[in-house]
Parts: sequence; C-alpha cells; structure tokens
Amino acid sequence: MLQLDRLTITQGDFHLTADWSAAAGARIAVMGPSGAGKSTLLSVIAGFFPQASGRVLWQGQDLTVLPPGERPVTILFQDQNLFPHLSVAQNLGLGLRPDLRLTGADHDQIDKALERVGLQGLGPRRPAQLSGGQASRAALARALLRSRPMLLLDEPFAALGPALRAEMLDLVREVADETGALVLMVTHDPQDALALDGDTAFVAEGVVHPPVPTVELLADPPPAVQDYLGRK
Amino acid sequence: MANRARPLGLAAPTLAALLLALVMAPLAAVGWRGADMTLRPSDWMAVRFSVTQAILSAVFSTLLAIPVARALARRRFPGRAALITLMGAPFLLPAVVAVLGLLAVFGRSGLLNTVLVALGLPPVSIFGLHGVVLAHVFLNLPLATRMLLQGWLAIPAERIRLAQSLGFGPAETFRHLERPMLREVVPGVLLVILVICLTSFAVVITLGGGPSATTIELAIYQAVRFEFDLGRAAVLAGLQLALGGMAALVAWTFSRPAGFGSGLDRVLALAAPSGWRRGVDATLLISATLFLALPLLAVLLRGLPGLTDLPPSVLPSAARSILVALASALLTTVAALTLALASARRPRALLELAATLPLATSGLVLGTGLFLLIQPFAPPMALALPVTILVNVALSLPYLYRILLPETRALQADYGRLADSLALTGWSRLRWLVLPRLARPLGFGAGIAAALSMGDLGVIALFAGERQATLPLVVSQLAGAYRMDAAAAAALILVALSFALFWAFDAGGRRVAA
Repeated sequence: MLQLDRLTITQGDFHLTADWSAAAGARIAVMGPSGAGKSTLLSVIAGFFPQASGRVLWQGQDLTVLPPGERPVTILFQDQNLFPHLSVAQNLGLGLRPDLRLTGADHDQIDKALERVGLQGLGPRRPAQLSGGQASRAALARALLRSRPMLLLDEPFAALGPALRAEMLDLVREVADETGALVLMVTHDPQDALALDGDTAFVAEGVVHPPVPTVELLADPPPAVQDYLGRK
Repeated sequence: MANRARPLGLAAPTLAALLLALVMAPLAAVGWRGADMTLRPSDWMAVRFSVTQAILSAVFSTLLAIPVARALARRRFPGRAALITLMGAPFLLPAVVAVLGLLAVFGRSGLLNTVLVALGLPPVSIFGLHGVVLAHVFLNLPLATRMLLQGWLAIPAERIRLAQSLGFGPAETFRHLERPMLREVVPGVLLVILVICLTSFAVVITLGGGPSATTIELAIYQAVRFEFDLGRAAVLAGLQLALGGMAALVAWTFSRPAGFGSGLDRVLALAAPSGWRRGVDATLLISATLFLALPLLAVLLRGLPGLTDLPPSVLPSAARSILVALASALLTTVAALTLALASARRPRALLELAATLPLATSGLVLGTGLFLLIQPFAPPMALALPVTILVNVALSLPYLYRILLPETRALQADYGRLADSLALTGWSRLRWLVLPRLARPLGFGAGIAAALSMGDLGVIALFAGERQATLPLVVSQLAGAYRMDAAAAAALILVALSFALFWAFDAGGRRVAA
C-alpha cells in the first residue's frame, strides 16, 4: 500500500498537500491544470525533491530516507529516458545491474523484454536510431525488467500522437498487470485517465485529492473538476 | 534531499580541502618567514618593473589585436579558419620556445639586426624592458585577438541586419556596433593579459635581468637560487601575492573565457568595406601572421640540423618532462572532474574557492612556500619533480574546472535524475555515464594540462639540480650558455612533445566520444 501521510510540499510560494493511501496494484491518473504540482508530487515520491513535512510510505516503510535508486519505484520522464551513448540493450541492462556486468541469463531476460514490447532485434541500436514510440517502448521494457512495485509516469508519452499514445497506454496496463505495479500517471487529458481504467487523483489549488474511480469522477464531476474540464 | 551519506559524497569536499591546503600552506609559510623582514629599494624597483612591463604588454597586445581581430571578423579568405586555429596555439606554446624564436629574429645576430647592419644602421638590443614587452606581445596577441574576435562574433545578427538596412558605412558601424562591444570586452582582455604577464617567468629570466629589468618573480628566483636568502624570497612572494592575487581574482570575475578551437564562424558577417580598407586589412593580417610565424620558423630552421647532435642532457630531461606532464594531466583532470561533478550537483562555496584560489598565486610563490616547508625535513632538490607536479596541478586546475563545469552541469540537468532513479552511483556512474558523455571535454582538458605542464618553466628552476632538470629548463640553460643551435634543437623537441601530448589526449577523448 502507498501512503501519503500528511505530505506537504513547498517550493517558494507554491504549496501542495496530500493525505491519502492507495492499494498495491492500483492505477491512478494524476490529473489537473498545468502548474498544479502533478510532476512535483511524482518527484517527491521518486526522491528527487524533498517534502516539507509528512511521509511517503510503501507497505509501512518510510521511503523519504532512501535515495532515488533504492526506492521501490520506476519513473519515466517526459524525455531523456534513455542514455544516448549506450545501446538499447545496455539501457535495459541498467535496469538489472547498474554496473552492467550482465550474465548470459541477464541478456536472455533483456531479449525477452524487448520482444515483449515489440522491439525484438533492436537491442544493438542506439536510442537516436529509434522512433519516439520505440524509445517509449524501450523505457517500458526497462520498467518491466526492474519490476518495481510502483510505476510513475511523468507524461512520458506527451510528444506522441493520439494513436501511439493509446498504444502506449495499453502497454502500460499490460506491464502493470505483469509486474503487479501500482501506476501513478500524470496527465491533463481525461481520455488518458479513462484509458488507464482505474482511479483519478485530481490536483488543484494546492491539494492532491484522494483518488476516486475515473468513470464516476467524470460522470458527476465536482465544481473544481467541472471548471478544469470546461463543462457547464 | 533524501540522500544517505555516501562515501563518494565526501570525496569532493576532502579534495577541495587538500587543494586549499596545497595553496594556503605555502602562503602561510611565506607569511611566517617573511613577516619581520623589511623591503629593500631594489624590491620596490622589482615591483615597479613588474607592473610597468605588465601594463605595457597588456596595452600593446590589446591595441594591436583590435585591428587584427576586426580584419578577421569581416574578411573571408582561404586559410582564415586555419589562422584562427593557429591563434589558439600560443596558449600551449612553451614560453622558452617563443623566447628562443624571438632571439633568432630580434637577437644580437638575428634576422633584424643582420638587415639593419647591412643597411648601415646601428643594431638594436632585445634585452631589457622592450624585449620583455615584445615577447609578451608575441605570446598574448593571439589570445587577445581570439577574445576580441568572439566579441565581434557576439554582435547580434539583428543589429548587423539593421545596420545594413540603414546603409551604415565603416564609421557608423564602428560607432554604433563596434565601439559599444569593445567597451565591454576590452577591459577583460587587458586584465587577463596583465595577470599573465605579472607572473611571467620564462620570458623575464631570458630577456630581463639586471637591476633595471627584474620582476618580482625573477627576484624570488634569484633570492632562493643565488643568495639563498629564504626570508627575502618570502617577502617577495608576499608582494607578488598581494599584487598578482588581487589582479587575478578581479580578472577571473570580470572576463569571459576565450573559447578554444571552436569554428568561430557564422553566416551573417559584418559588411567588408572595399577600397583602401581592404588593403589595410590584408597588410594587417599578413604582418600579424609573419610576426607570429617567423620566430617559430626560425627555431625550426635553426633546430633541425642540431637534432642529430643533441646534448646528452636532452633525452633524459625529455623523459622527465613527459612523466611530469602525464602525472599532472592525470591528477589535474581527476581533481577538476571531481570538483566539477560535485559542484554541478550542489554548488558550494568551498568547491568554488578551491578551484579558483590557485589563480591568485604563481609558480614561484607556491614554489618558495613549498621550499620553506620541505627544507627542514629533506633536501628540496630530492623532491623537485613531485613539487613541480603539485604546483602544475594547482595552477592548471582553474582552467580545467572552467572547461568542465558547463559540461557537468548539462550532464546533471539532462541525465542526473535518470541515473539516480536507476541507482547508477559511484564507479558505475563514472564508467557508464560520466566518462562516455564527457570524454571530449575531458580529453581536451587533459591535453591542455599536459601541454601546460610540459612547457612550464617556473618552480622547477627553483628546485632542480642537474639530475632533476626538465626539458624547458634544459632549453633555457642552453640558451643561457649561448649554445643557440643546441637550444633550438631541444626547443623543437619540446614543442613537438607538447603538441603531441595535447593532440593525443584531445583526439583520444574525441574518439571515445564518437
């Protein structure tokens, strides 16, 4: 279970609070206007930005004392998810062993993961030789290999077209099913939130609201969400 | 930040503290030893000469560089790119070699005097104030030209387009585009050259000397080497520090780096006026090229025949120099990278200070201090090479740090979070992220450090006996004994080794990065 225990985040004049929990394996879209603090929330959970107070707990363990690499988290950023000087296979290998001393079994696992996301045979390529969609697939393949219990998506598919984005969301759901990971996905598009097929935590005016089923939220949106969606 | 204390997290502060100790301990020794000494009139003469020659060198270098840089900025001709690249080379040219070349052209039996005597005119002497200034202009004109050229290239294209659409002639262009740029750039250029010339040693030991042409650096050397008066050396080192330190820190703060090796080209250039101005620009460029190339050509011609008959001291000293250069390059690069990586993660005053403070000292000041520190425990001569390496590391560190810092900052901004999230730390981070991504600037920086150390004639002159002499010292000793052909041959080897080391590191870095 992920617990945000009276978490407060302060960045200059900006304040954000969150106080809720979510079960392992939940799929949560983090939705709200730009500048609301969606990415900042993910940064705090992943360990890149310190909270002002409160705790982030996973299965009862306080994560805030751990460096980013030791948290039970895989995060995909908007861009720069792959190192351009390493091959695709090496980029995946980093998910298994950061020192890249890979065994034969490791290489088999990497090949399997590439195959799983539809990139079979592309292991020796450099990221620059991949299309945007292929790069996203490679990053998801690494998430599959790392198999951490939380998958944080900080709009990694924002630069892709609608059809590709839908494909990637399908793949995210499959990866989450296979690894049993809890998904936190930043988005500003209600369609993406629906496609994730889970809950939505709405972020506005300094508060990350507890997640509620996306279908219900969109069927009967409270006033703040209505304002955001532009519906009357 | 949610980071546990990691062993590597302490590496940079420890290193910074060590570097500060390396710079501060000799200063403390100098201060303690020299505290109760009084200054002699000759010391004040040395101060005055140091300042006079530095100011004259800076002013002449800059004044001459302005028209040359303008000609380079507004003309396009075959070989222009090569000429600009060549202008970067004197930074790596050992000063002893430059002096030797100038002697061959302007010396007693040099090219110029041969012509003058043939015309029935009295010969000129290169020794004394004007010789020192001439050598400093030779060494710094290219640097000034490159810095100014960057100023010209930094004039916004929009403003050039506006000037062209308004039909500006050369006079209006100067008043509205060039003069404002020069007002901004020239003070930095003057200061940088002033500082370089204040601590210049190799030039002054050859072309200066005597009571009327002795700088503080040279006086320190004489006090240690000939009078063995360490107290006086300490006083002089304190003077040098007060004078050079202030100037260096001011210059470092106010000047922008000159940028090495880049193409310095762009699509929209200033209008190139035709008519007599074209002739003037051509004459300027040809004169500058001749002024820079002739002395080097003279060393080449004079040295080539001597290569088959080298004095026995040359080869062992060359081996020593290579060793010193490699050790300095390695240590400087490791130190600068450690500081730059830590500084990119989290800027800290301690790191910045450790990487900048060495600029305030000079080779001879550090050397005197270390001499004072070592002397009670061991004969300084026995430690000549390690001390030379340490001083070279301290003196080239600021340059390397400045080259690496923008690169480590970009690396941290682009890939720092991804690497953190993948637990890429310690050796793995170095091996799989830092070294491959920064191979190019690291190779370039190591090349600079190696070449600077290879050609350095400073602290080694204080310490070395016959069996510790490095190649620049041997060149200088041969020249001092008027064995000019042998000196030129040794100088050729020195130049070849300096540039070969630079090239090897730079090309190696580029190859790894490719």
